[in-house]
Amino acid sequence: MTSPLSLLHFLNGLGGEAVERHGPWPRLVVDEAAWKALIGQLAVSRWSLLGLWAEQGVVHMALRDAEGDEFAVASLPCPDGRFPSVSGVRPSAQRLERAIQDLYGMTAVGLADGRPWLDHGRWPLRHPLAASPGEPGQMPPYEFLPVLGEGLHQIPVGPVHAGIIEPGHFRFHANGEAVARLEERLGYVHKGVEKLMEGRSVAEAGRIIARLSGDSTVAYGFAFALAVEAALRHDPPPRAIWLRGLMAELERIANHLGDIGAICNDASFAVMLALCGALRERVLRAADQCFGHRLMMDRVVPGGVTHDLNPEGAALLRSLVSELRPALADVVHLYDEENSLLDRTMGTGIVSGTLVHRFGAGGIVGRASNRDIDARRTPCYAPYGFFDFDVPTSFAGDVNARVWMRMREVASSLDLIEAMVRDMPSGDLMSDLPAAVGEGMPAAAGEGMALVEGFRGEILVWVRLDADGRIARCHPRDPSWFQWPLLEAAIKDNIVADFPLCNKSFNCSYSGHDL
Amino acid sequence: MWKLLATTLLNGPRTEPPPPVSTDALLELAASVNRAARARLGRSLSIRQVDAGSCNGCELEIHALGNVFHDLERFGLRFVASPRHADVLLVTGPVTANMREALLRTWNATPEPKWVVASGDCACTGGVFAGSYAVAGRVEDVIPVDLHIPGCPPSPRDLLSALLALLQVASSG
Repeated sequence: MTSPLSLLHFLNGLGGEAVERHGPWPRLVVDEAAWKALIGQLAVSRWSLLGLWAEQGVVHMALRDAEGDEFAVASLPCPDGRFPSVSGVRPSAQRLERAIQDLYGMTAVGLADGRPWLDHGRWPLRHPLAASPGEPGQMPPYEFLPVLGEGLHQIPVGPVHAGIIEPGHFRFHANGEAVARLEERLGYVHKGVEKLMEGRSVAEAGRIIARLSGDSTVAYGFAFALAVEAALRHDPPPRAIWLRGLMAELERIANHLGDIGAICNDASFAVMLALCGALRERVLRAADQCFGHRLMMDRVVPGGVTHDLNPEGAALLRSLVSELRPALADVVHLYDEENSLLDRTMGTGIVSGTLVHRFGAGGIVGRASNRDIDARRTPCYAPYGFFDFDVPTSFAGDVNARVWMRMREVASSLDLIEAMVRDMPSGDLMSDLPAAVGEGMPAAAGEGMALVEGFRGEILVWVRLDADGRIARCHPRDPSWFQWPLLEAAIKDNIVADFPLCNKSFNCSYSGHDL
Repeated sequence: MWKLLATTLLNGPRTEPPPPVSTDALLELAASVNRAARARLGRSLSIRQVDAGSCNGCELEIHALGNVFHDLERFGLRFVASPRHADVLLVTGPVTANMREALLRTWNATPEPKWVVASGDCACTGGVFAGSYAVAGRVEDVIPVDLHIPGCPPSPRDLLSALLALLQVASSG
C-alpha cells in the first residue's frame, strides 16, 4: 500500500501560482487543466471539501487533507463564467454550485442538478453578485424530484412551520407512514449577506456576520476575527484570545442544552425541555452578567474582544460550572433511564459513516457517525492549543447518538470553561488593526481564512481586504451546508412522525445556510 | 425521574414575577385596539410566530419565554401552530423577498380581530440587512403593524412586558 498523497504536494505539482498575503494556509491559482486534474484526484482521495465559492470571474475551492492535516485553497480564473463542476466527486458541492450559479450567473459545467437554489425568482434582479446583474426574468415553477410507485402521496411542509423555527420547505413523498423521499427547498431567508458586506469596514461587516446565524453569533464573530487577523498578519492580545474561547464554550453549552431539551420534547418528553430550558437560561443570564448580552453578540471583534471578565464574573462562571455539573448528571440520568424515550431516539434517523465522510459533514452530525473532526483540535486555533479536551464520537449515527454527543460535549465544555477562567492571562482586550496604507504593499490589504468550531460544526470564513482595509469579498460557509443534505438521508424509511425528532437532532441553520 | 419530581416539589416553582407592563407599548397600542376586539378576546391571546427572515436570534429568545423562569402561559398567552387559531402574529426578521408572499398569506389566513407585533430591530427597521436586494423591507412595509418591540434580540423580559401590554389593552374593554 502506498502512502497517501499529500494535498499540498499534489497542488504544488499542478503548476499553480501561490497567492501572496493569503493566510494562514496557501492559495494557489490554477488553470482549467489543473482544476480538472484536481477533480480527478478528489475522486480517488479522501480529501474533504471545506468550501466552494466564487467572485467575479474566479471560483475558489477550499480543501483539507484527511491524513496530513493540510489546508489549501485552489482558485480557477474563469473569465467566461464557466468552470468544471466538482459535484460529481463531492456531492456536497452541488448546492454550493447552485448558489454560485444563482448569485454570479456562472455555470458549473457538468452539474447534474441545474435548478436554482437561493433565487426563488423574487429578487428585483438576477445574479446580484455578478459584474452586471440581469433583469429579473420569469422563472419556471420549481420542480421537485419525482418519486414513482404505487400508493405514494406528497406532504408539503413550510416555509412557515408549526413551531417557533426558521422557514424552509420540506417535500415528503410518503407511502402511508413511511417516508420514501424527503426533499428540502431552502433559501427563504436569503438576505444577501455577501453583497451587503462588500465595501464595508471591518467593524460594519462584523456586525452583519454576527447576525448570519444568531445561535452561532460568537462562533461567527470568532471566525471572522481570525480570518481578518490572518489577512492582516495581526495577533490579538492573549487575554482577548482566552475570552473568545470562554464565550465560544458558553455558546456551545447554551445551544446543546437547548437542543437536548428540544429533541426530547419532540418525542413528547416535555420534562426534559423544562429542565434543560432552565439550565440554558442560567447560562444565558451568566453570559449577560459577564459580557452584557445574553447571546454575546458583537463581543468578539477583529483585534480582540469588547468586554472584559471582571472578578465577579469569574466567580459567577465558577459557580455556574459547579451548578451545571450535577445538573448535567441529572439530565443524563433522566435521559438514559427512560425506556419510552430511548425507544423513540434509538435506531431513528440513522446517517451512515460513509455518507458523513462523503459530504464532509462535521459537528454533532459528523461525530455521531464517527467522523472524528473538530476544528478546535485540527487545525486548532488559540486558545484551544493550551487545553486537553474530550471530543466524543460514536458509530451509531442515530438520534440517540446525536443526543449523547451533545451531553458529552457539554461536560467537556464545562471543563474548558473552568480551566479558562482559572488560567486566564491578564492584559489588554483589544489591539488596533493596521489601517493605514504602508510603504510598498498596502498594510491593510490581504486575504485570510479561518475554521472555527461552532456548536453545529466547522464554520469557514474567507475574507479579502482591499488597500483601505475594507471588505472586498467575504464568504461565510455554515456547517449546515454539509448537514442539510444528510437529513434527507436520515429520514428515509423512517415514519413521518419521526421527522421533527430527526430534524431537531440535526438542528441545521436556515439563516446561516441561506446567506 | 422520581428524584427530579421530588426535588421540583420540594424546591417550589422557579417562575419569576412578571416585568412591569411596557408603557411605550401601551401608548402605541391605545390607538389600534378597539372596543369590539377587546370584548371578543377576553383575557387570553393566541400567538402565531412567523420568522420572515430573522437570523434565528429572536427565535431563541421567544423560545425562552416558555421556560420555567418566564412561563408565558400563566398569563393566558400561548403559541399556536396555525395562523387560523391566532389573534397575534409575532413577526421577526427583515422580510426577505423570498418570504414576503408567505408572510402575506399567513396574515391573510389569520382571522379578525388580529394584531401584528414586529419583534426585534430587523422587524422594526430592517436592522443590518436594510437595503439589501434580497430584503423586501420592514414588517410594516408588508403588513400593518400594531406594536414594535426593539432589541437585537429583544430579551424575554422585553418581550414579556410588551406582550403583557397587549394583553392588558385587549382585556380592558
